[in-house]
Amino acid sequence: MSGHGIRIEGLKKRYGSGETAVDALKGVDMQVAPGEVVGLIGPSGSGKSTLLKCLGAVITPTAGRMTLGNDVIYDDGWKVRDLRALRRDKIGFVFQAPYLIPFLDVTDNVALLPMLAGVPNDESRRRALELLTALDVQHRARAMPAQLSGGEQQRVAIARGLINRPPVILADEPTAPLDSERAMAVIRILNEMAQKYETAIIVVTHDEKIIPTFKRIYHIRDGVTYEEAGEGKSIT
Amino acid sequence: MISLAGRDILHTWGKFVFTGVGLGLLIGVTLVMAGVYRGMIDDGKALLDNSGADLWVVQKDTLGPYAESSSVYDDLWRGIRTIPGVAAAANITYLTMQVAKGDKDVRVMVVGIMAGEPGLPGWPPYLVAGRQITRGHYEAVADIATGFKLGDTLTIRRNHYTVVGLTRRMVSSGGDPMVFIPLKDAQEAQFLKDNDAILMQRRRTEANPAFNRPGVPGLLDAVIASQTTNNYVNAVLVRIAPGYTPQEVAEPIRRWKRLTVYDRAQMEGILIGKLIATAAKQIGMFLVILAAVSVAIIAFIIYTLTMDKIREIAVLKLIGTRNRTIAAMIMQQALALGLIGFAVGKITATFAAPLFPKYVLLISQDAIVGFIAVMVISALASLAAIRMALKVDPAEAIGG
Repeated sequence: MSGHGIRIEGLKKRYGSGETAVDALKGVDMQVAPGEVVGLIGPSGSGKSTLLKCLGAVITPTAGRMTLGNDVIYDDGWKVRDLRALRRDKIGFVFQAPYLIPFLDVTDNVALLPMLAGVPNDESRRRALELLTALDVQHRARAMPAQLSGGEQQRVAIARGLINRPPVILADEPTAPLDSERAMAVIRILNEMAQKYETAIIVVTHDEKIIPTFKRIYHIRDGVTYEEAGEGKSIT
Repeated sequence: MISLAGRDILHTWGKFVFTGVGLGLLIGVTLVMAGVYRGMIDDGKALLDNSGADLWVVQKDTLGPYAESSSVYDDLWRGIRTIPGVAAAANITYLTMQVAKGDKDVRVMVVGIMAGEPGLPGWPPYLVAGRQITRGHYEAVADIATGFKLGDTLTIRRNHYTVVGLTRRMVSSGGDPMVFIPLKDAQEAQFLKDNDAILMQRRRTEANPAFNRPGVPGLLDAVIASQTTNNYVNAVLVRIAPGYTPQEVAEPIRRWKRLTVYDRAQMEGILIGKLIATAAKQIGMFLVILAAVSVAIIAFIIYTLTMDKIREIAVLKLIGTRNRTIAAMIMQQALALGLIGFAVGKITATFAAPLFPKYVLLISQDAIVGFIAVMVISALASLAAIRMALKVDPAEAIGG
């Protein structure tokens, strides 16, 4: 990947209109370079989820500009015709709960995205196994999601987010259901994957354990972001 | 691309199979209902086929002898026999009644057949055991569905008959098995009263001065004799000689004998269009209700299964799955459920049909129509679930 990772300039989102209008985002600026993992922290109602939904192209911002890699995807209007394909090919998602598809085994959960993009099944599965190996869950490749531990499920979810080599991954509280050890393992994996695949990763979190691991943190409050240097503690 | 529907079904196969079995029993009942209707039509056709007739000569302006009562003199057949184009003509009587069989009784159609030889219209065209009737009285040929065996004695009114032959698929339009007896016995059975009633009738006749005139000896005996004999039959069955059309033969009978004549097509119309029309409508209503219940069941199950997957569907949409892929997944599941249901239903109907007391005829054409209907019903039933799934907001997968 080349370019800017993800860059957001003056992003605004207003819900409703008239007297009942709510400005959830009031001009968010943010930049995450390829290979970088940043934290996005803020209290409830601060606009984290709205920002994530705007970045994930599931809701439409009111104004602003978003650049993904070298492509401007939003500039006071979507510049991409097929948002579904944008989400499939350019954005990876990792959720608080893994939300793996319960009726697909681990390999097919990961391989589903390239399959949806038209990549042949064998090739999709080969790529999935490669990622599962990188994430050290290849031994559970044929297992069903219900047979995995929480940490394994989250690693499979990360593999699914990475499978199409997206320029950006949006991780919505990925360590929330995990204990300290597993939470740190997930963050370590995200950092390794970010560097290995030159992916920009935004991690929304409340988790005090992992906040010190970020080198850069964006605080969001009342729809406005503030950048702060993080501690960047090494992860063991 | 992998089959999402197939994987989901394999994952929750128990739910699918048990639901499919339940649905299958419902479809089985539907197929049996259709089979009952077909059986009624087939019974009607069997009745006409087995009569060996091309024309049915009945009382004027009646729909006899099956759909209405019909009464014609038993000597008319001689005149009809002489009409050009008539190869054979024979009297016939039909009487539906309970016939004693040991301690129980069985509902049968007693058919009175004219003396003659096998092949005459009205005679059972084939036997599966024993022989045809060879004596003028007290012998019977019974359909095996009556339960009688060769040598059994059956009682009709006050007379006892020995079963000398057994036949098969000789049924009335109502599905009652037939018992063939000599015509004279059948004519007697139609009006035979018990002894008390006969005595009472004689007393009444004797007390009537019009019939018991002192100056007319023999009148009373003649009247009483006429009251105890039956010179009527229900119809005359006619077989046409080669080279003649039914209309060519029927027309002179209508014109000169002042009787009503039906050909095969008209008789089928009477049996199917009139005699079993109400029953057919009844079955049709049941089929509509069963189809509606099937739609409701499939729709409910598919809707519930889809509701259980709302989060997964939101995730699928978020990661870029097309709406048509999700819609196809739901519709394929509904079709699979329909397929399982149809297979179970067909097997159930096939094994259950012989257990029904009346003839149930399962034909391939109904199975094909049923299969198509089940698939269409399944597809329609999935629409509500598809609509709900397509409304799912992919943003639901992202918390907050």
